[in-house]
Amino acid sequence: MRYAETGFNLEIDLTRGSIDRVATDPKDTELYLGGLGTNAKILWDRVPPEVEAFSPDNLLIFGAGLLCGTPATGCNRTIATTISPQTKLMAFSMMGGFWAPELKYAGYDKVIFRGQSPDLVYLWINNDKVEIRDASHLKGKGAIETAELIKKELNEPKAQVAAIGMAGENRVYYASVEQGRSSASRGGIGAVMGDKGLKAIAVRGTKDINVAQPAEYMELCTEVLEYIKFREENPIPGVIPILSVLGSPQEMAIHDEKWHTENFSWGNSRTRRKDFWTEDVATEWLETMNKARTRLISCYNCPLKCGATITVPGLPTYMMKCFTKLTWTMAAFSNLDFGLTIAQRATEYGVDGYSAPQVMAFALELYENGILTDDDFPGMPSDNDGKFYWLLDRIVRREGIGDVLANGTHWAAKEIGNGAEKYAHNNIKKHEQLPLKLGMLNPIYFLMYCTGEKINITQIEGQFPQMPFPKREHREKFVKDWFQVPDEKFKQYFLDWEFRGENSMPYYPTVEMTCEIVDWQERMHYIDDALGMCAGVSSFHLKPPYHIHNFPKFISAGAGIAMDEAKLSQAAKRYRTLVRAINIRRGLRRKDEKPPEDHWKKRVPELEKELLDTYYKFKGWNNEGIPTKESLHELGLDYVAEDFMQRGILTDSEDATSKEVLAEKEQN
Amino acid sequence: MSEDKKKKIIKTIKIDVDKCNGCRACEVICSSFHASPKYSSNNPARSRIRVIRDPYRDLYVPVYAGEYTVAECAGRDKYTIDGKEYDECLFCRASCPSRDAFKEPDSGLPLKCDMCEGEDEPLCVKWCMVDALTVEEREEDVDEEEVSPEELEIGLESLADKYGIEKLRDIVARMSEKD
Repeated sequence: MRYAETGFNLEIDLTRGSIDRVATDPKDTELYLGGLGTNAKILWDRVPPEVEAFSPDNLLIFGAGLLCGTPATGCNRTIATTISPQTKLMAFSMMGGFWAPELKYAGYDKVIFRGQSPDLVYLWINNDKVEIRDASHLKGKGAIETAELIKKELNEPKAQVAAIGMAGENRVYYASVEQGRSSASRGGIGAVMGDKGLKAIAVRGTKDINVAQPAEYMELCTEVLEYIKFREENPIPGVIPILSVLGSPQEMAIHDEKWHTENFSWGNSRTRRKDFWTEDVATEWLETMNKARTRLISCYNCPLKCGATITVPGLPTYMMKCFTKLTWTMAAFSNLDFGLTIAQRATEYGVDGYSAPQVMAFALELYENGILTDDDFPGMPSDNDGKFYWLLDRIVRREGIGDVLANGTHWAAKEIGNGAEKYAHNNIKKHEQLPLKLGMLNPIYFLMYCTGEKINITQIEGQFPQMPFPKREHREKFVKDWFQVPDEKFKQYFLDWEFRGENSMPYYPTVEMTCEIVDWQERMHYIDDALGMCAGVSSFHLKPPYHIHNFPKFISAGAGIAMDEAKLSQAAKRYRTLVRAINIRRGLRRKDEKPPEDHWKKRVPELEKELLDTYYKFKGWNNEGIPTKESLHELGLDYVAEDFMQRGILTDSEDATSKEVLAEKEQN
Repeated sequence: MSEDKKKKIIKTIKIDVDKCNGCRACEVICSSFHASPKYSSNNPARSRIRVIRDPYRDLYVPVYAGEYTVAECAGRDKYTIDGKEYDECLFCRASCPSRDAFKEPDSGLPLKCDMCEGEDEPLCVKWCMVDALTVEEREEDVDEEEVSPEELEIGLESLADKYGIEKLRDIVARMSEKD
């Protein structure tokens, strides 16, 4: 018997219209766990680097985490994986909600799509009965609207539906897959879904998910629940509100937005408004929120209320998640009322709440600076809010300038030319980032920004405080019950971290310490992404209920795979390296691993070089960021090394620079 | 009529639908607790509590499985509470032919909440950290009322009128045999 997982994937060929239920190899689970790990393995095996995002040969994988469907609190994430049209690298975006557990109860761990359907279709998974159904009547419909219509026509109110809106249908590079209160937004997963002619996936399941050691597993679950309760009653003092409590982050519940509105940049990631959060603003925004917010809501099996049902008068209700609350507002220099109102339309269209507002602010900046002209914006209203609605409507339909902007700031700037490129200033690996512009280089964040392959800072940060605490006594108090650290030395690193003087940034934490901290932070995210755990109860947070010490027990008792900390860390390293290998094979190199130029005012090039050099070594990568033959061998990834050798990515000499890199250097 | 009073412990689960966050943790732990062996599997479709949710209409109603019924109600009413329309069945605890709730998904056998016998409190309550479900115990005096023979006779008479005394006698005889 398989525990925690079902042992079956669904293979859907949309070109031929075939559906297969395929047994998976339990050995893969042991090596790559599940979710992201096994998704990466499938992508490596089956999608060679020549395959482009919008190719029938590209795969679109919806993988439920290994522990989804068990009683582990907050374990509900679907890991959507494909090749991104925007970055041309592996995209993996997570969504919470209710979809992954439902898929497990239907009897599957993953749904893997290949091919392209000639007509718009949706997939209906009802336990053993799986069918591809016509979706031509759903063309152009909103993502939420689609989900509701499908549930109605199937007469199955309990079905969970993941759907794309118009943006996905029209292959907008930052189109999302929406699923009630959650979405897989980053990397353009929705665009690939649209390219495949797949409007939605509805699932209903009524089968059992088994755990290997029931009593032990329940004890672990109960401990976690008790710790969540403890953390709710004891917020961490001295950090910003969203970090003091658990959740992913609780933007809907927490009203105090002083930190975000004054520290993040407005417009096209340009303007800091350091005195923005006045009492008047606070009162106005609180009123707006109270009027629009019907209920604070949660994902499957989680007590943390990170989402909310929002009803703006005159518009259909939608569910908002996380930080989208502010991205629209701040990109448009507007207010919360605007943010909540446009987010309704954006959710129905299905666009990423990070990229989309930034693309629009970028377009308006080009307009202000004469790079785009009136001819590009025929009929655009003159008020700022109106401009955003107008642009959103054009982008999701790919009409006029919208067609260019639909490819994101990097590709749009290239196409527009005429100096537009310097306005696409907030990207990493061609993907829009959070609008953060700061002062002094932070070595930890530098490495995370450079090497993060989820290409989103919130998906790699966490665990270690973002900044030192001013007073030593506060630091001492903080480390007292910090049992989540993988090693006691991390406590010392934090205790000695000061705002000023010798032990301050950028030279402290030292390069070596920084490598260890970043590696720990990243490892925890990768473990979450394989297990289906929400970062909001785990990797994103300081002192989370899930950590390196209890995860192995969860896997042992849940999935019946003997696990300890070392073995789990090794597994996480294995599929993390595989993700890198996929991207290396697609051309990712050291030159791509850099934060936006203007992310920090004060940069320290020689330190940055040392940081990257040392971290690459620490990870077992050569100077170009390519995993070495030895490190691949150690991880049991000899097949990757062989492929690298065949392609000339690695050479026998194992030297940093392969022929290919040399050639590229000559070109530049 | 007897005047004797008996003490009885009444357990009430209080359901505050305003506090429900729709997470279905109650369903998770219920199905896990009632698995055999205990906690060995998880399947909300086997749960004896259901959160009837319709987020876009803001309906969140946790309902417990009650008695099995052979037939569905002839008419169904609709309630409007605070401007939201609720189907009567939303509040109904019955395992009933009109819906798939509270039936084992494979066998179709009815499910019924047992308040997690043997536990300090029902586990759905324990796992509901938003306090939509809380439990209250109170002692109540219960009148031990005896049914008066006259009332019984009136009832039987009406049945005899309707179905005939012969049929009634047969049924009573059959029921006695079963006991």
